[in-house]
Amino acid sequence: MSNKFIGKSVKRIEDKRFITGKGRYTDDIVLPGMTYAYILRSPYAHARIRSIDYSAAEAMQGVVTIMTGEEVGHYGVPCGWQVNFKNGDIMKEPPHPLLVKDKVRHVGDAVAMVVAETRELAQDAAEAIIIDYEVLPAVTDASKAVLPGAPLVHDDVPNNICFDWEIGNPKAEVDEAMASAHHITSLDFVNQRLSPNAMEPRSYIGQYDNVYDKYTLYTSTQNPHLIRLLMCAFVLGLPEHKVRVVGPDVGGGFGSKIYHYTEEALVTLASKKIGRPVKWTETRSEAFQTDAHGRDHVTHAEMGFDAQGNIVGLRIKTFANLGAYLSTFGTAVPTYLHGTLLQGLYTTPKIHLDMTCVFTHTTAVDAYRGAGRPEATFLLERLVDLAALEMGVDPAELRLKNFIPAFDGVTQPGYQTNVALQYDSGNYHSVLERGLEMLGYENFRKEQAEAAKTNKILGVGFSTYIEACGIAPSAVVGSLGARAGLYEVGQVRVQPTGKISVFTGAHSHGQGHETTFAQVVADRLGIPMEDVDIIHGDSDTVAFGMGTYGSRSLAVGGSAIVKSLDKIIEKGAKIAAHKLECSADDIEFKDGKFTVKGTDKSLSFGDIALTAYVPHVYPANLEPGLDFSSFYDPTNFTYPFGCHIAVVEIDKETGFTRVKRFIAVDDVGNVINPMIVDGQIHGGLAQGIGQALFEGVEFDENGQITNGSYMDYTMPRADDLPMFELDRQVTPCPHNPLGVKGAGEAGCIGSTPAVVNAVIDALWSAGHKVKDVRMPMTPERVWKAMQPA
Amino acid sequence: MIPSSVDYTRASSVGEAIRLLAENPDAKLLAGGHSLIPAMKLRLNSPALLIDIARIAELRFIEDTENAIVIGAASTHADIITNQYLKGLTAMIEAGELIGDTQVRNMGTLGGSIAHADPSADWPAVLLALEAQIKVQGADGERIIPAAEFFTGFFSTALDSGEIVTEIHLPKAAVGSASAYRKFMQPASRFAIVGCAASVTVEGGVISAANVAFTGVSDAAFLDEGVASALIGKSATLENIEAAASAAAEGDMHINEDHFASQAYRKHLAKVYAKRALAGACGL
Amino acid sequence: MLCNTLKTNGFCAKALNFYLTYIMPKITLTVNGKTHTHEVEGRLLLVHYLRDTLGLTGTHVGCDTSSCGTCTIHLDGKAIKSCSLLAAQADGSSITTIEGLAPEGELHPLQEGFKEEHGLQCGFCTPGMIMCAADLLSRNPDPTEQEIREGLEGNICRCTGYHNIVRAIQYAAQKSAVAV
Ligand SMILES: Cc1cc2nc3c(=O)[nH]c(=O)nc-3n(C[C@H](O)[C@H](O)[C@H](O)COP(=O)(O)OP(=O)(O)OC[C@H]3O[C@@H](n4cnc5c(N)ncnc54)[C@H](O)[C@@H]3O)c2cc1C
Ligand code: FES
Ligand code: FES
Repeated sequence: MSNKFIGKSVKRIEDKRFITGKGRYTDDIVLPGMTYAYILRSPYAHARIRSIDYSAAEAMQGVVTIMTGEEVGHYGVPCGWQVNFKNGDIMKEPPHPLLVKDKVRHVGDAVAMVVAETRELAQDAAEAIIIDYEVLPAVTDASKAVLPGAPLVHDDVPNNICFDWEIGNPKAEVDEAMASAHHITSLDFVNQRLSPNAMEPRSYIGQYDNVYDKYTLYTSTQNPHLIRLLMCAFVLGLPEHKVRVVGPDVGGGFGSKIYHYTEEALVTLASKKIGRPVKWTETRSEAFQTDAHGRDHVTHAEMGFDAQGNIVGLRIKTFANLGAYLSTFGTAVPTYLHGTLLQGLYTTPKIHLDMTCVFTHTTAVDAYRGAGRPEATFLLERLVDLAALEMGVDPAELRLKNFIPAFDGVTQPGYQTNVALQYDSGNYHSVLERGLEMLGYENFRKEQAEAAKTNKILGVGFSTYIEACGIAPSAVVGSLGARAGLYEVGQVRVQPTGKISVFTGAHSHGQGHETTFAQVVADRLGIPMEDVDIIHGDSDTVAFGMGTYGSRSLAVGGSAIVKSLDKIIEKGAKIAAHKLECSADDIEFKDGKFTVKGTDKSLSFGDIALTAYVPHVYPANLEPGLDFSSFYDPTNFTYPFGCHIAVVEIDKETGFTRVKRFIAVDDVGNVINPMIVDGQIHGGLAQGIGQALFEGVEFDENGQITNGSYMDYTMPRADDLPMFELDRQVTPCPHNPLGVKGAGEAGCIGSTPAVVNAVIDALWSAGHKVKDVRMPMTPERVWKAMQPA
Repeated sequence: MIPSSVDYTRASSVGEAIRLLAENPDAKLLAGGHSLIPAMKLRLNSPALLIDIARIAELRFIEDTENAIVIGAASTHADIITNQYLKGLTAMIEAGELIGDTQVRNMGTLGGSIAHADPSADWPAVLLALEAQIKVQGADGERIIPAAEFFTGFFSTALDSGEIVTEIHLPKAAVGSASAYRKFMQPASRFAIVGCAASVTVEGGVISAANVAFTGVSDAAFLDEGVASALIGKSATLENIEAAASAAAEGDMHINEDHFASQAYRKHLAKVYAKRALAGACGL
Repeated sequence: MLCNTLKTNGFCAKALNFYLTYIMPKITLTVNGKTHTHEVEGRLLLVHYLRDTLGLTGTHVGCDTSSCGTCTIHLDGKAIKSCSLLAAQADGSSITTIEGLAPEGELHPLQEGFKEEHGLQCGFCTPGMIMCAADLLSRNPDPTEQEIREGLEGNICRCTGYHNIVRAIQYAAQKSAVAV
C-alpha cells in the first residue's frame, strides 16, 4: 500500500486518444468487405401490417439482402427483471420481435432491414419497400391506457397493465396515519419522459467468421458480457463460447446503452446470412424513436404532518409508462429502484406506494441516469418543499427536523427503512447545513424580498436526496426478480516484469476507469501508474462482467479488483517469505516492497513478480504465476446522499427562467479521484436541470413524437447553465474495501426538484401561490403560472 | 442523414447561374446550404441539381455607397457582423449575432436566408424595419423589390422562379435614427419564437418615424403598422413605448403556435419584445 | 437533368449509378496539409468524405439536423459543421480536422486544456468542441466566461455539464496569452 494516487486529481489516461481524434467508437471501425444496414421503421404508433412488398428494393443495385419479420420475427429480445402482480401472478411479458410482422406498436418499430454495399444504397432501397398499413388508434399516456376501451398495445394484455405492485407499510396503516395528520400536502404531477441522448448514436457491427465459426459483435454498449449472455441464451441461441462481444470506446450511455437492442441481434444474424460484416449506425432521429427513454410517471402523492411538523405518513399512487415493449431493466426501474427509495432522508413512519406499470404505444422505457431514484427524490423533495410553503415554515428547517440522525454503520447500525432497504451510513444534517452556508441563506432571503418588487424575481429550491448505488447483492436482487447476478469480475495479471494488466467487467464510456482503477491498483501495489493497464469491454479478454450502470463500477468493479490484489499480495508474501527464509506472517507489504517485519530485509514487487514466473527458488507447494481473478458480490447497496440548492431568476414579463446558482454538497463515500467525481456530478446536474427546465419527449394524439430532433428537443447548452458550486463530505461506505459509494448518478438525482422548488419559491415570493409548474418548466408554463386564473 | 442523389455544379458568375437555373427546372441554387442541405439530409427536399453560387465573387461583398450599405447576397452572416460599414446599423449586428451559432454564421448567407423566408428567420424582420431594397436578377434582367413587398407568406417571396437575389441595399441611418433587434429564442433550435426589429428616428426628443417588424409571430415577417403609428409624434419615453407596444400583433392576422408558445403567449411576447426592441433603439 | 429523368422513368438505380460514375464531381482539397483528389457522389457530405474516404474518424456525427457540432472542423480557417455541406462544396478549400490541429506528437493549448481541466468524459463531443473553441479564441483571445458559453452554442455535450469545458478554454486562453 502507498498513498500516492488515491485521493488525487490525476489527469485522465484515456484523454490523449480523445483529444487528438483517435478515439475508436464503433462507427469508426471499418472491416474488410463490410456492408451497411438500414432499418425501415414504422411511421405509425399503432398499425396492422397488411403486406410488405420489397421486390423492387431487392432488385436494386448494391442490395445484398433484405430481412423482414417473416424471416426473423420469431426471435425476440428478453426482459431482464421479472416483477409480479400484487396477487402473485407473473407480469405480462409479450414478445419483442427483432422485426415485426403483424402489428407495429410504436413509431420507429422495426419492420425491415436492408443490407447493401453502401449506406446510401441501403437507404435508397429501403425507400422502395412498400408497406400497406391499417392504422389503428394509439395511446401514449399511462394513466389513460388503463381506462376501459383504451386501444390495446398487446391483444392479450388486458387494460395494458403489465403488472401492479406495492411496497411499504400495509395500506391500512398508512391510511390511518394520514387520517390523523394535522396537515396533508398533496400533489398531482408528471415526471415526464426523457430521451437520454448520449452524443454517440448507437452503432453495431456484426461479423461472422466462417473459418473459425465465430461471431463478433462490436457494439456501443455499457455491458458487453451481458449483451453476449442475453443474445446467446435468450435471443439467438448461439453458443456463447463462439461469440465475442466488444464494446470499444462508447460515447456516453446514461442507461440507454444497457438495453440489449434488437439491432444487435439483427446485424449478427445478417452477417451470418451473407458471410460479410454488417454495420448499422442509427441517426439521431432514430435515436429519439428507439433508444430507451427514461422516467414517465403520472403520480398522485400525499404527505401528512403532525402539528409540530413531523412527517407522519406518505401515500402514493403512480402509473409508470413502460412503453410498447419491455426493455432489459424497464420493469425494475419504477419498482425496486424507485419504491425502495421513498424513505428518503426522513424518519417517515408509514409509507405506501401503489404502482401500476403500463404498456403504451411509445418507445420502450428503461434506465436513464438515476433510474427510479430521481423519480423518488423528485416526489419527496417536491412534497417537503411545498409542505413548508403551505405550512409557512422554513423548508430547510422542516427537513432538518425530519432527517434521520447520523449513523456511521460501524459503531452504530445501519438504518432500516420502511421500504425494504437498510441504509449503510449517513450524516444528513451536515450536508444541508453546509449547503446553507455556501448559499448564504439569510442574505439570500433579503435579496429575494428586494427582487420580489422588481421584474426579475428570485427563488431558492432545496433537494436533499439519497440513492441506492453499487448494485447489487445478487441474492437480494434475485429474490426480487432479477434474472442475473449483479456481482462484478476483476482480474489482475501481474506480468513477469512486474507490469500489471487489469481486466474489469465494468465498462467505461466516460467515467474514466482507465485512470481511477489504475490509481487504486498502483497504490495498492506501490508501483507507478504507468505500469498498470486497465482492459475492459471485450468478452474475449475479460473473463466476465456485468457492466456499468447504477453507479456501480468502483464500488463493485473496483472491489473485485481489490479482492484480486489482496490475493496477489498474499501469494507474493509467500514467495517473499520463501526467498527471505522467514514465515509469510512475518512479511509486510508496503510501498511496493515485501519486507521482513522489523528488519531491512526486503524484496521489491518486481522481484517477486519475476520469481513467480521463473520459479527456480520457490515454495514447494505453491503454483507459479501471479494472476488472480475475483468475483465481488456486494453485501448491500451503497447509499450516497447530498444536498442540492438551486437559485433561479425569473423574468416576470416572459417567464424565462435562468439558473443563477447551483450548489451541490454530495457525500459519495471515499473519493479516489476528486476531479473525476466532480466531473460526474457536473454532468448529472446538467441533466437534472435539463429535466426541470428544458427536456421532455412529447407525443401527439397519434403517438408521433413531436419533438424528436435537436431542433425541438431542448438539450442544455453551455449558455443555459451556470458554473456549479460544489463541496463534498465523506462518510465512508462501511461494507466495501474502498469505502466508496458511487458518484455517477448523484448529480442527476438531486438536482431536478431543487430547480422546480426554486421556481415555485420564486412564484410564491411574488404572490403566485401555485403548487406545481409542469416540467419542463418552459417560459410559457412559468408565465402562465403568474397570470390571474 | 443521407440526401437523395443529386448533381452538383458551381456557377462562376450570376449570368451562368441564371442560365443553369433556366435550363434545369429541377435545379436549386445553393448558397451557404444551411437551410437546403439540412432539408435534403432528411429527404424533405430532393432537387436534381445544385447550382453552387457561394463562390461567385460578384455576390460576396459589402460596400459603403453614398445612400446605402450594399451587401452581396452571398455574404455570410459572419461577414456581416464583422463588417465596419454595418456598425451604424445596430439591428443588423444584433440580429446577425443571434443567428444560429458560430458555425452556421460562417456558412449561411443573407441572400439564402431571405430567399428561403423561414417564418422564424431573423434577417427578414431587420430588412423590413430598415426599409431594405432587394435587388434580384433573372433571365429578363434586374429589378428592385422593397423588403415590404418581398416576404409574401409562409416560406414564400416575391422572387420569380429563375431569379436570383443579388444585392441587399440598406439605406444609411438617418440622423437621429437608431435601430435594435431583440429575440426570444426557441430554446432548442434557437430560431426566433418572437424576433422584433425596431428602427426609430427621434428629432428633438420626439419620435418622427418608426418601423417595428416581427419574425416568428406569423406566416411571414411583417411590419407592424399599429405599433409604429402609435409612436409618431410621441416623446421617446418608456411609458409611451410600452403603450405603443401593447398594440403589437393585434388585428386580423394568423399567429403561429407550437409546443414552445401558444398563440396567446406569442402575442404577449410580441408586445414585450416590441417594447424591448424600441427601448433598445431609443437607448432606454 | 438526366438522372432525374431516369428517376421519374422509374428504372433508376442501376442506370443512375452507372451514369453517376461518369459525372461524379472531382474534388481537390487540402486536409491537414495534405492534398487529396477524389471523385465523389454529388450527395456525399463532407463529414462522410472525411470519415469514410480519408479515414479521419476524429470528426463525429451526433445528429441529423446540424445542431450538435460534433462534426465541427475548420474550412479555410473557420469553424463549420461538416455534416452540413457537401464534399463538393469544399472543392478547392483547405481543411483542418482535430487530427491536424497540432503537429503529430504535440498538443494544441486547447487539447492540453481539455486534459488538464477534465473537459471531456466520453470524448464524443470533444473534437467538435475543441475545433469550435479554436475558432472562438482566434477571434477573441481573451473571452469572458459568458463569451465562452455563447461561443459554444452550436455544440452539445451530454457528459460534462460544460463547467470543465469552460475551464479548459480559459486554460488555453491563458496559456496562449503567456506564449505570445
Ligand atoms: C443549426 C442551424 C441554426 C440556425 N439558426 C438560425 C437562426 O437562429 N436564425 C435564422 O435566421 N436562421 C437560422 N438558420 C438558417 C441559416 O441562417 C441559413 O443559413 C439561412 O436561412 C439560409 O442561408 P443559406 O445561404 O445557407 O441558404 P441555402 O440553404 O443555400 O439556400 C436556402 C434557399 O434559398 C435559395 N437561395 C440561396 N441563395 C439564393 C439567392 N441568392 N437567390 C435566390 N435564392 C437563393 C436556395 O435555393 C434555397 O432554396 C440556422 C440554420 C442551422 C443549420
Ligand atoms: S453532426 Fe450534428 S451538427 Fe453536424
Ligand atoms: S464528453 Fe461526452 S458528450 Fe461531451
